[in-house]
Amino acid sequence: MAFTNEQLERYSRHIILKEIGVGGQKKLLNSKVLIIGAGGLGAPAAMYLAAAGVGTIGIADADEVDLSNLQRQIIHATDNLGQAKVLSAKETINRMNPDVTVNTYRTFVASDNIMELIGDYDFIIDGTDNFPAKFLINDACVMAKKPFSHAGIIRFKGQLMTYVPGEGPCYRCVFKNPPPKDAVPTCKQAGVVGAMGGVIGSLQAMEAIKYITGTGDLLTGYLLTYDALSMEFRKIRLPKDTSGCAVCGDNPSITELIDYEQAECSGV
Amino acid sequence: MKIIVAGVEKEVKDGITIAELIRQENVETPEYVTVSVNDEFAKSENFQTQTLSEGDRIEFLYFMGGGQ
Ligand SMILES: [Zn+2]
Repeated sequence: MAFTNEQLERYSRHIILKEIGVGGQKKLLNSKVLIIGAGGLGAPAAMYLAAAGVGTIGIADADEVDLSNLQRQIIHATDNLGQAKVLSAKETINRMNPDVTVNTYRTFVASDNIMELIGDYDFIIDGTDNFPAKFLINDACVMAKKPFSHAGIIRFKGQLMTYVPGEGPCYRCVFKNPPPKDAVPTCKQAGVVGAMGGVIGSLQAMEAIKYITGTGDLLTGYLLTYDALSMEFRKIRLPKDTSGCAVCGDNPSITELIDYEQAECSGV
Repeated sequence: MKIIVAGVEKEVKDGITIAELIRQENVETPEYVTVSVNDEFAKSENFQTQTLSEGDRIEFLYFMGGGQ
């Protein structure tokens, strides 16, 4: 694949980087990233990946754009109110970069559709807002041997970690099982600063770009936490021993996907 | 004795248990926190009995569910 003059100009700031260059940009254009949840995290992640020239971006989300989303979900605008989020996101991406093919999946992820959804993609971004989905994405990615970025945001705090098959702990290694419904505060109850999605969602996009181009060190084996009030980032080393994990360990007890029951946190 | 809690050196009583430290640190949603001691997971069923030693590094890892 040869670059057009327009592409050389569009991606010139990538191409000039020795860590990316022409080769890395080609990898990006040939890559496929699935973003689950076109919300606070998924919106900035999708936009940076689209601008970066990730050739195929899948977006899965069942919701419509609601007025309370616009404080943080910057891929949607006021004139998208009531529209399916996946279509609103696709419109924005199409305006940003014609190189990107957008696949839309207007659905919640569940045990009966997630394997098919992730199957075609090189990297998955968890931009969901609830624990059942986060555990489902983790387990499916472990079973399908797919790398993914996990993240969560609430109030002035956010955190993320990256899973790459065989290279360190998965989300379930750390957090075991979803907490009971309403045991842990959700965004809708607790609030979240919109820019928090920008910070953490952009870091997820960065992990995808690094994974695709093979650049630098990923957040595998670490949890990166960000506290905006104290303005502190911490890169916390996670335990290395994954042998006892119920899904990625040596003798996994979870061999089929689980649909945990819990209401959405803040989808609307 | 001194231990390192979330990257910060703290003076605590000798032989403090993980459960005592969780109370002392006012950990949010203590029933659902994941604890690592020197880069190894502590089992929640041992929080009441597992004691800490001088120089131990303790991390509290919290559920964070938001995203939309
Ligand atoms: Zn695991």
